[in-house]
Amino acid sequence: MTDVAIVGAGPAGTRAAEVLVRAGLRPVVIDEAPDSGGRIYQRPPRGFTRTDKTLYGFEAAKARALHAAFDALRPHIEFRPETLVWNIRQNILFTSHAGDMGEVPFGHALLCTGATDRIVPLPGWTLPGVTSLGGSQIALKAQGCAIGHRVAFVGTGPLLWLVAYQYARAGATVAAVVDTTAFTTKLRAMPGLLRGGATFAKGFYYVGWLRAHGVPIIEGATPLAILGSEAVDGLRIRTSGSEQQIACDAVALGWGLKPETQLADLAGVPFAFNAAQRAFLPQQDASGATANPSIFLAGDGARIAGADVAELAGARGAWAIVAARGLAVDHGEVTRLDAALARHGAFRSALDAAFPFPARLAATMPDETILCRCESVTAGELRATARAGTTLPAAEVNRAKALSRIGMGRCQGRLCSPPAAEVLAAALACPLESVGRLRGQPPVKPIPIMPRSPGSAP
Amino acid sequence: MTTQADVLIVGGGGAGCSAALHLALRKVRCVLLERGLVGGQASGVNYGGVRQQGRHPAELPIARRAREIWGRLPALIGTNCEFEATGHLKLARNATEEADLVAYMEVAKAHDLPLRMIGRNAIHEAYSWLGPTIVAGSLAPDDGVANPRLLAPALARAARAAGAVIRENSAVAGLAHDGAQFTVQAAGETFRAPALLNVAGYWGGEVAAAFGEPVPVSPLSPNMLVTEPLPYVIEPNLGVVGGNVYLRQIRRGNVIFGGGRGESDPGRPAARPLPHVSLTGMNLALELVPHLAGAQVIRSWTGIDGEMPDHIPVIGPSRTTPGLLHAFGFSGHGFQLAPAIGAILSEILLDGRTDVPLEPFRIDRFGPQDPLHG
Amino acid sequence: MKLKRLAETARPVIAFVLDGQPASALAGDTLLTAILANSDHVRRSEFDGGNRAGFCWMGACQDCWVTVEGAGRQRACTTYIAADMRIVRS
Ligand SMILES: Cc1cc2nc3c(=O)[nH]c(=O)nc-3n(C[C@H](O)[C@H](O)[C@H](O)COP(=O)(O)OP(=O)(O)OC[C@H]3O[C@@H](n4cnc5c(N)ncnc54)[C@H](O)[C@@H]3O)c2cc1C
Ligand code: FES
Repeated sequence: MTDVAIVGAGPAGTRAAEVLVRAGLRPVVIDEAPDSGGRIYQRPPRGFTRTDKTLYGFEAAKARALHAAFDALRPHIEFRPETLVWNIRQNILFTSHAGDMGEVPFGHALLCTGATDRIVPLPGWTLPGVTSLGGSQIALKAQGCAIGHRVAFVGTGPLLWLVAYQYARAGATVAAVVDTTAFTTKLRAMPGLLRGGATFAKGFYYVGWLRAHGVPIIEGATPLAILGSEAVDGLRIRTSGSEQQIACDAVALGWGLKPETQLADLAGVPFAFNAAQRAFLPQQDASGATANPSIFLAGDGARIAGADVAELAGARGAWAIVAARGLAVDHGEVTRLDAALARHGAFRSALDAAFPFPARLAATMPDETILCRCESVTAGELRATARAGTTLPAAEVNRAKALSRIGMGRCQGRLCSPPAAEVLAAALACPLESVGRLRGQPPVKPIPIMPRSPGSAP
Repeated sequence: MTTQADVLIVGGGGAGCSAALHLALRKVRCVLLERGLVGGQASGVNYGGVRQQGRHPAELPIARRAREIWGRLPALIGTNCEFEATGHLKLARNATEEADLVAYMEVAKAHDLPLRMIGRNAIHEAYSWLGPTIVAGSLAPDDGVANPRLLAPALARAARAAGAVIRENSAVAGLAHDGAQFTVQAAGETFRAPALLNVAGYWGGEVAAAFGEPVPVSPLSPNMLVTEPLPYVIEPNLGVVGGNVYLRQIRRGNVIFGGGRGESDPGRPAARPLPHVSLTGMNLALELVPHLAGAQVIRSWTGIDGEMPDHIPVIGPSRTTPGLLHAFGFSGHGFQLAPAIGAILSEILLDGRTDVPLEPFRIDRFGPQDPLHG
Repeated sequence: MKLKRLAETARPVIAFVLDGQPASALAGDTLLTAILANSDHVRRSEFDGGNRAGFCWMGACQDCWVTVEGAGRQRACTTYIAADMRIVRS
């Protein structure tokens, strides 16, 4: 039976496929990328020669295991790489593969859609030379490139230190690591962080290594602007009252991750406000089941918790589907997964506390900052919608979008919606949750207009 | 708490907001009650066509009046809502369709609507980007386009400035009439007035039914798509005979096109474009403008309008309840009419007459309806 | 912006054409890498006119679309370079 579909072949999708195959099913696994692995364990293109150790560091063994698991599954699943799921309606996934449109009917679908960087726009962030933190890591891992010759890393969270470390190790010049979280905030979260065990130890290792190698590290700083007219030539920050300039030709920005929830939204899964992540997130139970009996969620696409949890959650979600189909469930395995997921949950809450989203930085960005880079809408233009001008004012994000075009571009608000919500809520002096969230609209990513014969879908 | 007004307006679409504006300008105390946000339904999500050409002859007098108001929106409400007289070019893809265009020339003439035929050679010369299957077109130079997201919020802002009470997130329930006054409940309050305007879009059917006048209105959800920004070349708003595709390009470069129908659940309310209809729409758009091949569609959407069996709205006084006026069921083409609807309704209420013939829009033209399934 | 190649530099060289000018990349480069190894930007914003060079490298931000002759619009960070590709920037 192929009517279980998995969207996303990262850690969650891979482990889910494994469970489903064990249960005697033959899932369809769909991913936009040419190969499995997802973002973190993305496989380099053919012909690349660096070792797993170089590419994945401490995570090399996990990467190898995950890749091997997927390769072993290949004969037992139907893998559709380079395929975008652009819409979901009732029990059909709508796909686009190099412009060819297809349909994948399903009885149950597990959405393992992963995450993208959570960004706070700064003046100058659209300049060539500025990338997301995740982007800078992909440049190195998947393309063997640094995003510039002197790179500054700005943001917060474990990924900030990891990528800076990877850059330095690979021979790039790290101009500075600018963490918007103060050391004391991290200290307060320490007891919880210690529960992370090895994960936390790795974080310490990267910071220590960077310090030992003379990389300037600035904590509790406020980034003010990325400087340059045609290209990046510096970064201006403020630390305890004084401003300082860092010379660099590239900047990577990232404040943790946000889930890719567009398909869950189109599938009608209800969303609820999550105060810790300052975002509306799809609602699911501990197994990944949602209010839509055909739709299950796992991994970072549902809740940001990292690759280890994604592997567990993928397997757990798959068992939930196995149970929903009335097939034999390995209850011992499920109990083990539930316990492991619960342990990680506590660590995750500590991480949220240790590396908070800099809501104030977002809310107070200067008026001239380009907030929506697709449509070139500035923070000032968004703020103007909160006041009555030639129209009624906007009290929530969807009208703000209608009036200002924020989030109306090619990326559909993927990047700008979290900071836009902060800016609007601050302008209205209301709680973040009361400005609501942008509604999802198909296609979740652009699809091409091509001549098609009617009914050509497979 | 009870609020007494002169007129209650149920629905904050283009029709309702323009009514609030025209009444407030004439110093009438009116309260507009909108379930969600003003312009949150059809009026805010439509295609943005401001078109007279091709309308049912009965609608043309209203459309002519509306067009005149579109031209002076900046003076009236302080913004043009991105209205631009780009011209509307209606295209024929074969001889039968061409005959249709020719026949409409007479209708246009009778209503002083500027319209001219463009033959096969001339049309490809004037619009070199048109696909080869186009054989002729008729151009209405005064027609154009506007930004639907702005119209209702701008009309409402101006209405509020003129003294109207605009209440959003105020779903109306408990509609009643005691012989002299209407009473409704909304957002935990009671509102009373001797007159009530039913401008509730698709849901106008429910309001009419509440006063014993059920009508056969059904939800209509035109399926819409928009591309990434492309170099600006398509100036006129494009339509075809039969209406299975329509397309326009805004100056920012995005191409907006529609065709076919999405799906909706007016009860929630929610509406969604349909994937197959979107793909078919792309094919139809390519036939009109072949250079769209390879361009990316970045978003699709639809909304909910009310459609009447004869595709023209209900406008005019109730047959059951004195003081009740209807204007709903615009059947997919009420955006252009909106600015005139408020003017017309305010004239009926305050002057007892209006200069456009409303006979064709009578609410009782469909004959008796099953009161439960109207 | 110029990328700095740090590793995997022994890959075969691939010739392509960028805005009518000959350019070269390495096998396995995405269009984004290929363009930024030769030039300082990938596209121009339609609305503010500023140069852009992608942002996310993972197909999320959509700020890297270019035109490939014969293949229509392509997202540079998720499309691999091929010999003699003719890329046109906006
Ligand atoms: C996708 C689409 C494309 C279109 N394209 C065009 C076009 O190009 N040109 C054109 O001229 N027309 C077009 N139309 C049609 C046009 O948008 C509508 O005819 C017009 O906007 C209808 O206006 P309205 O005020 O009657 O309805 P609406 O805009 O639907 O307003 C009715 C309002 O009443 C409110 N309401 C309902 N019940 C209650 C209640 N109990 N209490 C309080 N409030 C209530 C609703 O929330 C709604 O806001 C299109 C329509 C759609 C959906
Ligand atoms: S760089 Fe973001 S989509 Fe390509």
